Amino acid sequence: MNAGTLVVTGAVLGLGAGIAGVALPHRSRVTGAAVLLWGACALEGVAAVHVLATGHAVVLHSSTILPLTGVEVMLSPLGAFFVLLVALVAVPATLHGIGYARHGLASRTAACVFPIFVTSLLLVPTAGSVATFMVLWELMALTSLLLVLVGHGRRAEARSAASWYAVLTQGGAALILIAWLVLAAHSGGQSFAAMGHHARHLAPAVRGLVFVLALIGFGSKAGVVPFHVWLPKAHPEAPSPVSALMSGAMVALGVYGIVLVGDALLGGGPVWWWLAVLALGAVSALFGSLHAASSTDVKRLLAYSTTDNVGLALLALGASGLFAATRHPVLASLGLVATLVLMLNHAAVKGALFLAAGSVQMATGSSDLDRLGGLLRRMPQTGALFLVAAAAITGLPPLNGFIGEWLLFQSLLHGAATGNTATDVAVPLAVAALALTAGLTVVAFVKAVGIGFLGRPRSQGADEAVEVPVTMRLAVGLLVAVCVVFGVVPALELPAVERAVRTAVPGVGSALLAHGVDVQLVGLRGVLAPTELAGAMAVAVVGVMVLRRSLSRRPTARVVDAWGCGRQLQTARMQYTATSFAEPVQRVFDDVLRPVQDLDVTHVAESRYVIEAVTFHNAVDDAIERGLYRPVVRVVRRCGQAARALQPGSVHRYLGYGLGALVIVLAALAMIG
Amino acid sequence: MSRALRRFGRVTEPLAPGPPTADGPPELVRSLQLRHVDAGSCNGCELEIVSAFGPVYDAERFGARLVASPRHADGVLVTGPVTQNMAVPLLRTVEATPRPRVVIAVGDCARDCGVFAGGYGVVGAVGDVVEVDTSIPGCPPHPTAIVEALRGITRR
Amino acid sequence: MVGAGISSAVQVAVVAVGGPVLLGVMRKVRCRLEGRVGAPVLQPLVDIRKLFRKERLRPDQATWIFALAPVVLVSTVAVAAAVTPLVTTHPAFGAGSDLFVLVYLLLVGSTILALAGMDAGTAFGGMGSSRAVTIGALAEPALLVSILALSATAHSSNLAAIVRATLAGPGSVATPQRLFALGSLLIVIVAESGRLPVDNPATHLELTMVHEAMVLEYAGPDLAVVTVGEAMRLTLLLGIFVNLVAPWGVATTTHAADIAVGVASLAAKVALLGVALSVFEVSTAKVRLFRIPELLAGAFVLALLGVVSGLVVK
Repeated sequence: MNAGTLVVTGAVLGLGAGIAGVALPHRSRVTGAAVLLWGACALEGVAAVHVLATGHAVVLHSSTILPLTGVEVMLSPLGAFFVLLVALVAVPATLHGIGYARHGLASRTAACVFPIFVTSLLLVPTAGSVATFMVLWELMALTSLLLVLVGHGRRAEARSAASWYAVLTQGGAALILIAWLVLAAHSGGQSFAAMGHHARHLAPAVRGLVFVLALIGFGSKAGVVPFHVWLPKAHPEAPSPVSALMSGAMVALGVYGIVLVGDALLGGGPVWWWLAVLALGAVSALFGSLHAASSTDVKRLLAYSTTDNVGLALLALGASGLFAATRHPVLASLGLVATLVLMLNHAAVKGALFLAAGSVQMATGSSDLDRLGGLLRRMPQTGALFLVAAAAITGLPPLNGFIGEWLLFQSLLHGAATGNTATDVAVPLAVAALALTAGLTVVAFVKAVGIGFLGRPRSQGADEAVEVPVTMRLAVGLLVAVCVVFGVVPALELPAVERAVRTAVPGVGSALLAHGVDVQLVGLRGVLAPTELAGAMAVAVVGVMVLRRSLSRRPTARVVDAWGCGRQLQTARMQYTATSFAEPVQRVFDDVLRPVQDLDVTHVAESRYVIEAVTFHNAVDDAIERGLYRPVVRVVRRCGQAARALQPGSVHRYLGYGLGALVIVLAALAMIG
Repeated sequence: MSRALRRFGRVTEPLAPGPPTADGPPELVRSLQLRHVDAGSCNGCELEIVSAFGPVYDAERFGARLVASPRHADGVLVTGPVTQNMAVPLLRTVEATPRPRVVIAVGDCARDCGVFAGGYGVVGAVGDVVEVDTSIPGCPPHPTAIVEALRGITRR
Repeated sequence: MVGAGISSAVQVAVVAVGGPVLLGVMRKVRCRLEGRVGAPVLQPLVDIRKLFRKERLRPDQATWIFALAPVVLVSTVAVAAAVTPLVTTHPAFGAGSDLFVLVYLLLVGSTILALAGMDAGTAFGGMGSSRAVTIGALAEPALLVSILALSATAHSSNLAAIVRATLAGPGSVATPQRLFALGSLLIVIVAESGRLPVDNPATHLELTMVHEAMVLEYAGPDLAVVTVGEAMRLTLLLGIFVNLVAPWGVATTTHAADIAVGVASLAAKVALLGVALSVFEVSTAKVRLFRIPELLAGAFVLALLGVVSGLVVK
């Protein structure tokens, strides 16, 4: 059975899972669809592994499935890497969905659409022509839109989120389509192979246009600032398995698109392309981490953190392209390796975080941090797993996030001395952006864990929370285990990344040498020993624990009330809230965040000196949405309302329009002819 | 000459060598961290305590130190008679201190309510609310007396 | 390899024992400048020994993080001390002793301590954690950009390589690039270890606390471990700083005699820097909490100047 057959069979199984979701009875609907979907993931995964192992792309043609254009499958090592990434998130998300569904969320729509969504995610990296790609891309967008509505479809926020998502995703898709069309028109064929072949001979203006359109289109899907406004709205509204896939996998496909167009198809470009990518990445990283640090809702925090991580990946990608444009191939490949590793790590970690947040929401009924607390004692496994995943996303050793950040830092560090003015200016600023982002991510996740899981419960829902079913815990545990394993032994993931990079960017050697278990850079001075580091940390922790116990005279701790300055009463309201935790950060960055504060004082009717009630409202909403998008929406709405004057309802007026249009067209034809 | 150089700039009064009568748990020899609690004093004793830990009387050279949290402390220095509002906080502060611990009542008010005995806002002396290990008489006690009492515990 | 392992163990021991002694020295200098005798230099060691003999307390709402945090703090600092070139340029796993790794190892300790501060469920803990992570976040850009500047000369962020490069070419310390970067690094070290003017470790007012507020709940052996951890952190950071400025005396081999010289020179240099820091602390007041971002922004600008001057002055 060759890889091509596996890909097709996987697609069929995935669609079969969708049908099973509709056809099966209520009790076995979700489980049945899940099993078929796992089969699909497994088959696609095996095909991807085969492609990565051999290094040869798999190409398939079919002119029957799609009329006029035909379907073309081309699974290159780069695409295979992203297929594995999607499968990595999809399998635990499906498992989590089984437990989620048992609590009454097993509607027929969700059970049917979810497998189709996952299948489209798995198949997008295998697309080999424009038509195939766009069909799958649109399928992915539509199914995810339906899934955003399926959870709490009646709520106004869900509908608003869905409409923002729909507009932005369709706008992005339109730009991507235009980019493909321009490229295909100049290349004389719509298959990626043909386009890649002809791309070198195109005029720089055309290449630039294609790149910019692709950057904006794929960037909006990836959640790059300023096209990210749909992300913090849509991701919290979707059910958590869907959010995990959207944040972990779909966003990665946005980055895949940029890499595909920029490196694989167009084969690299001038410096200004990559400076733009670098700038977008830096701004996204900073903006995302800042808003994550100021969010009081767990899922919104995770959504902004996605923008942050995509920004970091774009930083790595921009640096890579910059080095390629200034003729430093080894550094370029290192940068691209960093991009892929960052996206893979992000998929695993964000998937785990969203699934755990979903567990918490199901157990407590809320995702608002100011209503949570004390969950580590009530939900020990979910809490511990969330903690480990949060440590991974902040980049703490010995977990996988650290590997990605180290690679990014090394590529920037060694690029600082290349002697080119653009890189000399860009690299220190990129390092500063990376550093500030890392620090703000720590703030965001210490807040999420500290307020959400530690201390006293702040609401009845949190107080009465119980641990979620085993399937949900297992799903989160799988992803966290991946984080730990990839952090301690990155040699498991790096060869695959290397293979993907080497075939994506021709003419570039390998940048990494996984020397045994160490990570060693080729041709540059840089070594990381993650396994020894993890081992040393484990030994040190055990050693210090033993030492503490042996040196203490009374090693057993006595349980006492917390010290509250002798106060007689200690309640949950005396703890820090999420807003107060982030207040120093908000104060430092209030020019960027621009919090909206509203103070309303109601006086007693009889006298202005006696106050009856005071209401204070403080909100940090997205400054870009408020400053950029809402004015546009207002203008469009005003234009629309002005245009209503054209539709008074009178049939005579409409007939007059028709006659006028006919006269104009005839006159134009007369003038042309 | 070297002694003059070492003493340059130092204003601390030298005290008699050798510790006074041994008093206090053995773990607290040479190291005593104290948390001060004002249970309702007139602040006269506080001024003397500040002076005792200041440059002239320098209780720190004998291993004593003031800390911010009773969890970090080995003992509680209590001043003033215990008022209605401070009875429970004082009890909680002493309970929050890990054992082995000492409670030192500083001044006449802490020992037997002093001039405030019988007042309507006063619950009693410190000994009526918590168990007192050492008390320092005086209204207010001389800083040297405070330092000698602490030396008795640190045995330096 | 045996030699490297033993020299790493020596480094950890020196930092673990020398940390409290450094604290004692700094307090003694401060006392002398205030005109009093002060506690003996070894007083912090006596305090720690006494703390181990006290009973251990745990707040009722606390989880396993409360007990684990001091252990993780000390162990990450110990691992960092084992792999950085403090006494010798060939510590164990020296190949992996990247400055970046070091920064993140120390970040593990700070992060878990911030979580432990929130674990007790009190207002003070939350306040301390909030301020500590904010200051840490604002110090990161200055820290990483100064590492960028320092790594440029040795073309590697490996600390051992940088020290060896400095030993080989002593003139490289006096370049504007190095000086700006080291100045920035010093400000960041002061901020990260919670010393004046960023944070007063001896304050009693909870509203002025940053680091102290996080450890307000710890008692007995846990407090001893936290104190040792913080002392080790300060010693480690100062040790790295002195080895970046003046690495002479650091052993380049793993012979016993060279290591002894390395230990002595490290002790002397760190003590000197500690005394200088203490003199500075006596003469300065604590900066207002919301002025700290300006201080750290200044450190960032210094670091950036270091990078820029490295490019301009070739």
